[in-house]
Amino acid sequence: MPFFLTVDRQLKQFNMTVGEICSSVNGNFVSGKEKAGHEIEFAFASDLMSDVLTVKCDNLLLITGLANLQTIRTAEMSDAGCILIVRDKSVSDEMQKLASESGIPLITCCTTMFRAAGELYRAGLKPVF
Amino acid sequence: MAMSFEYKVEGGDFTHAGYASSQVKKMLKQLGVDNNIIKRVVVCLYEAEVNIVAHAWRGVILINLDSEQINMKLTDEGPGIADISLAMQKGYSTASPQVREMGFGAGMGLPNISTNADRFDITSEKGVGTTLEIAILLTGKAV
Repeated sequence: MPFFLTVDRQLKQFNMTVGEICSSVNGNFVSGKEKAGHEIEFAFASDLMSDVLTVKCDNLLLITGLANLQTIRTAEMSDAGCILIVRDKSVSDEMQKLASESGIPLITCCTTMFRAAGELYRAGLKPVF
Repeated sequence: MAMSFEYKVEGGDFTHAGYASSQVKKMLKQLGVDNNIIKRVVVCLYEAEVNIVAHAWRGVILINLDSEQINMKLTDEGPGIADISLAMQKGYSTASPQVREMGFGAGMGLPNISTNADRFDITSEKGVGTTLEIAILLTGKAV
């Protein structure tokens, strides 16, 4: 049996709180820290916002390296429960304001998307498909 | 319950792209519309709104809402679409590098609208503009 299949079967999948997500990737809250206790079940990683808009499930974590206003708008339209901006990208004041208005916690971290997604998958978040 | 709203959209203005979609989402939430239907509406509207910003010079969004359905008509002044059947294919796009940097322009927008809408019509005249008419039943029953 391939090694990755062995590992995969040992993984348990759990909901994570927004605060646990932030800790898992050594992240920092840009906004929405008051929602640290909010639970997230799924995650989706993409820099392509059109892809994000095809995802059917709600309350997911959006992991992306795209840092602009449309990232926040796309998360709002997708009913995302949290946004994680990877690769140490700068977040503008306008992004922070829009995320706050939309009620979506916004977290940044320095890791790559691959590493962030890997850590969060290992910690229990589910893929959308 | 019958309501109408109009929003103006400026081509190239990515700062405000999505404003109309956000307003419509808030309104539908206030009206207590089912969350899954709201998501289908705003995904269609947002994709179409971003299309105006990405491809046209300017456009107008007309929203007509009653207790049965929401009708969204987006009319733009712009270069138009030369081949609509090609534009409806997943992966086909004429978007600029600037649009792609914003996370769009992968040729997913029109097919995604078609997937989520109960009724979707698109007409276009080259050099004049494009009109999208999108309808979604608020009861969740397909047209």
